[in-house]
Amino acid sequence: MPSVFNAVYSRDLRLALRRRVEALLPVVFFVVAVSLFPLGVGPEPQTLRQIAAGVVWVSALLASMLSVTSVYAGDHADGSLEQMMLSGHSGFVIAAAKAAAHWTITGAPLVLAAPLIGVLFDMSAPALGTLLASLLLGTPILSLLGGLGAALTLGLRSAGVLLILLILPLAIPALIFGAGAVSAVDAGQSASGHFSLLGALLIVTALLAPWATSFALHIALE
Amino acid sequence: MSTPIRWFTFAAPSRFYWLVGKLNPWLWAIALALTAAGLYIGFFVAPTDATQGDAYRIIFIHVPAAWMSMVLYLAMAFWAAMGWMFNARMASLLARALAPTGAMFTFLALWTGAFWGKPTWGTWWVWDARLTSELILLFLYLGFIALQSAIDDVVRGDKAGAVLAIVGAVNVPIIYFSVRWWNTLHQGASISATAAPTMAHTMLLAMLLMTFAFWAYAFAVVFTRAQALALERERDTDWVRALPASR
Repeated sequence: MPSVFNAVYSRDLRLALRRRVEALLPVVFFVVAVSLFPLGVGPEPQTLRQIAAGVVWVSALLASMLSVTSVYAGDHADGSLEQMMLSGHSGFVIAAAKAAAHWTITGAPLVLAAPLIGVLFDMSAPALGTLLASLLLGTPILSLLGGLGAALTLGLRSAGVLLILLILPLAIPALIFGAGAVSAVDAGQSASGHFSLLGALLIVTALLAPWATSFALHIALE
Repeated sequence: MSTPIRWFTFAAPSRFYWLVGKLNPWLWAIALALTAAGLYIGFFVAPTDATQGDAYRIIFIHVPAAWMSMVLYLAMAFWAAMGWMFNARMASLLARALAPTGAMFTFLALWTGAFWGKPTWGTWWVWDARLTSELILLFLYLGFIALQSAIDDVVRGDKAGAVLAIVGAVNVPIIYFSVRWWNTLHQGASISATAAPTMAHTMLLAMLLMTFAFWAYAFAVVFTRAQALALERERDTDWVRALPASR
């Protein structure tokens, strides 16, 4: 079982490394989208500090959802996804490996880019640290849910927009606790409650989402 | 010799079609009669509320609609799961037929809520936990409808919809409690949506009548839609071909 996970995971990473610019697009989108907010809202540092966490989280959500369609689309188009599902290995492990690879390619760079945003939005050091921790816990949830959406919309005409409509409502709890952690720290409270709930969400999603994804893949490939 | 109850008798589209044909006039009649009675008692008989004036009367539509919106989502997830597990065509059809009615009730609850909020709270919308959850529920319904209509292959559409509906049903409590938590953090004790502590009997009666009216309406319209969907899907079968002759 670990060997299947490793095989799928390292294959996806290798494919991403061969198309570096494409792999970096989500994080570029993330930075561009976040930079639009000061232009729209106005450059007052007080306002920016207040909206920073929410803006970063919503943009991370959108960047994840925009990039997640490609997790299965390429493999579906060239038939390798069908071979994977027919190989007799557990669909759960394949879906989990795919989500892990997506997180490594897009989720982790989003976390790494967040300090830059923190500087742009004049965030305090403790708030920025909390934001990084919440993104670290929360972005894997987005990759797992996004994988489910990608599997459900596999091969459909308007897969991209449809996926966003399907998955965004499900990602709302992660958004609430992720951005809420930063607001709590800003208000002088402890963010440990938020982190506990985000961690619980991550565990539940990691247990259930790959399972649902593997069902959705079987349905899509029937 | 007693015949055992055959639960799956009406899982066959032809028999379901026949059953709905018999039931539906009654369901429509019950829905109309109960709506008329409920609205009459609600709008003319029930006393004016001491604090909210006459604006409160919208709850006779608002509260039953909100209840229906939640019940119908669970019913939709249930039938979608049934259709997926047992490969029952009629169950998947019911799930498909339930979605637009559920979305309609969700929208109605939000709309009437806004009408109630304007005179009572002075605003069309607040980011209250219940309102926000109801809005998210509407998004879940729209996602289900959009997914099923985007998939041309009906069997795949039914099954993919089932996965989404089950995932949504699991998520609804999580979403509700996280939104409530978010709400208590962000909003002080400004507005509370809790209803009046006590309710006059006539108010309760009107609300119950409207609830049953909405139930009857939901059954009637969902059955009608399921009937149409069954005809569409089974158009190449003998029983559908024989239908015009039997009229």
